[in-house]
Amino acid sequence: MKNGYPIQAEGLVKTYGKVRALDGLDLQVEQGTLLALLGPNGAGKTTAVRIFTTLLKPDSGRATVAGYDVTREPDRIKSHIGLAGQSVAIDEYLTGLENLEMIGQLYHLSARDAKRRAFELVAQFDLIDAAGRVAKTYSGGMRRRLDLAASLVAIPPVLFLDEPTTGLDPRSRRQTWEVISALVVQGTTILLTTQYLEEADELANRIAVVDAGRVIAEGTSDELKNRVGGNRIEVAVAKDADLSRAAEVVRRHLSTDVSIDPHQRRVSGPSRDGTSQLAGLVRDFDAAGIAITDLQLHRPSLDDVFLTLTGHQAEQEKAAEPGWGRARRAS
Amino acid sequence: MAVARTSVTPGTRYRPVTGRPAIVWALLDAMLLARRSVLRTWREPQLIVFVAIQPVMFVVLFRYVFGGAIQVPGGQYVNYLMPGIFVQTVAFGGVITAIGLAEDMQRGLIDRFRSLPMSSSAVVTGRTVADLVRNLFTVVIMLAVGFLVGFRPGGTIFEFVLAILVLMGISFAFSWISAFIGLLVHTVEAAQSGGFIWLFPLTFASSAFVPVATMPSWLRGFAEHNPITVLADSLRGLFHVNPALTTADTRWALIQSVGWIVAILAVFVPLSVMQYRRSTAR
Ligand SMILES: Nc1ncnc2c1ncn2[C@@H]1O[C@H](COP(=O)(O)OP(=O)(O)OP(=O)(O)O)[C@@H](O)[C@H]1O
Ligand SMILES: [Mg+2]
Repeated sequence: MKNGYPIQAEGLVKTYGKVRALDGLDLQVEQGTLLALLGPNGAGKTTAVRIFTTLLKPDSGRATVAGYDVTREPDRIKSHIGLAGQSVAIDEYLTGLENLEMIGQLYHLSARDAKRRAFELVAQFDLIDAAGRVAKTYSGGMRRRLDLAASLVAIPPVLFLDEPTTGLDPRSRRQTWEVISALVVQGTTILLTTQYLEEADELANRIAVVDAGRVIAEGTSDELKNRVGGNRIEVAVAKDADLSRAAEVVRRHLSTDVSIDPHQRRVSGPSRDGTSQLAGLVRDFDAAGIAITDLQLHRPSLDDVFLTLTGHQAEQEKAAEPGWGRARRAS
Repeated sequence: MAVARTSVTPGTRYRPVTGRPAIVWALLDAMLLARRSVLRTWREPQLIVFVAIQPVMFVVLFRYVFGGAIQVPGGQYVNYLMPGIFVQTVAFGGVITAIGLAEDMQRGLIDRFRSLPMSSSAVVTGRTVADLVRNLFTVVIMLAVGFLVGFRPGGTIFEFVLAILVLMGISFAFSWISAFIGLLVHTVEAAQSGGFIWLFPLTFASSAFVPVATMPSWLRGFAEHNPITVLADSLRGLFHVNPALTTADTRWALIQSVGWIVAILAVFVPLSVMQYRRSTAR
């Protein structure tokens, strides 16, 4: 592998008819780090991954992987990368072991090495019991794991994971996260796409937020959160009648504007001092005789980040899934 | 999961085998993928059962339903029919390539294969070679079925082997057309209909079931040079089942057959490989 960024893109453009799937995407991933490409449906994540993995040619712009140009030297790139695409790409009629062995041999490992590596991977991915069964009989989570294992057969220095935990239960997702983190520790450079804010927060060294084919913000999770502002205090009151009085109490205490959510009977506002203000607020509510059901200090979530950056909520249809709209984390 | 405990520097432990020329890799990769496809048929034989039942139904239909009404010059209709059935069988058998490739594409497997440092002709070659193996198997079955309904080929062993060889040649060629269709359409459903649709006019407007002499002149021009016709006639000559065919007729039919096989491969091998190189799942 040559020097420089293992994954790099400058002004990538890809159009499908009128749709600009990528509209000048710039990206760099440093050696041995994981960059999460975070964005809603249709943001262009998969298109970017396909260009990096040489499956698709960009209309314009430049991309290099492992130091090689994706359009000029696609064949050199292929022996340096692993890909786990958005849909599970395994042969349903082969067993787990046979799938991995076949991939190993197609990477041109010797038959012995391919077999050895397949055994290692089924052990690592908790598939030993199912290793001899055809993949058709696997559960969704097992398929995902086998697919991820297949991307690691050649122990590639650069790895592309397109939504690798979609459809996994919380336990499998945790396990997958552990595997991915360990790969980064061992020096693998990873580009991971995700719609799960939590996932980006957990795994990524840096996060690039994409929307409509461009990177609209890039930085560490903390940097992105700081762009939105500091902590927020949020109070929920028991009775509708108390809401406006509660808003007044909060406004006076924080001495700023507050926002009111009548459906949830919640009042929130930015907090400069964090925890110390919480205690004061509790006393004020007591004194005013307002019953509260919830009081929280919030770090801004990536949800807030996305909202602030794009001015629109991340895709409505995704609101039902964990991640968008749900992953508010109190800290 | 144990990955945290194994400390592996990426790319250091397993080294790919090097020093083999590209053509050798192309063959090895193709054989690996052909094996995969044959294994699938072995484990899930439904598709091949349907592919084999269909010509049996055609045999029954033409031998016993239409056969009585069809006049063939000199000789028995069953002997005329079976070579046509053999050609039809391998042509329809090739559709499995279209379906298989469309399925691989839909599932994202083509994306994975294309991201691997393997030969870019191997996926398609693997499929077409697997078809060849399956078709050889169905042809053996059809020979047995033919024998049961009264098909009695003559000729030498050499002629018999030559007949099977040209049959496999056209099987391989048709599979490559089928491969191109499969890569073009992206979905299994479309591959199913798109894979068969062109075969109907080709097999029916040919000498497979009836002599072309009975067709109207506008159709005859097409039917006479149709690859199915020249193949079926070659087989009839080599099996010595059609007294109307002279040795010169047979030789000419054979030359045209080989011409078709070479021409189809010359067009569709590069076309399919090119299409493969730009295919991705949607
Ligand atoms: N083959 C194609 N033909 C036409 N349009 C396409 C094609 N592939 C992608 N697009 C369009 O390009 C845009 C970006 O698609 P892409 O698949 O990269 O998004 P994504 O960020 O991966 O979305 P998701 O989260 O849903 O996977 C979308 O508007 C999509 O409809
Ligand atoms: Mg996608």
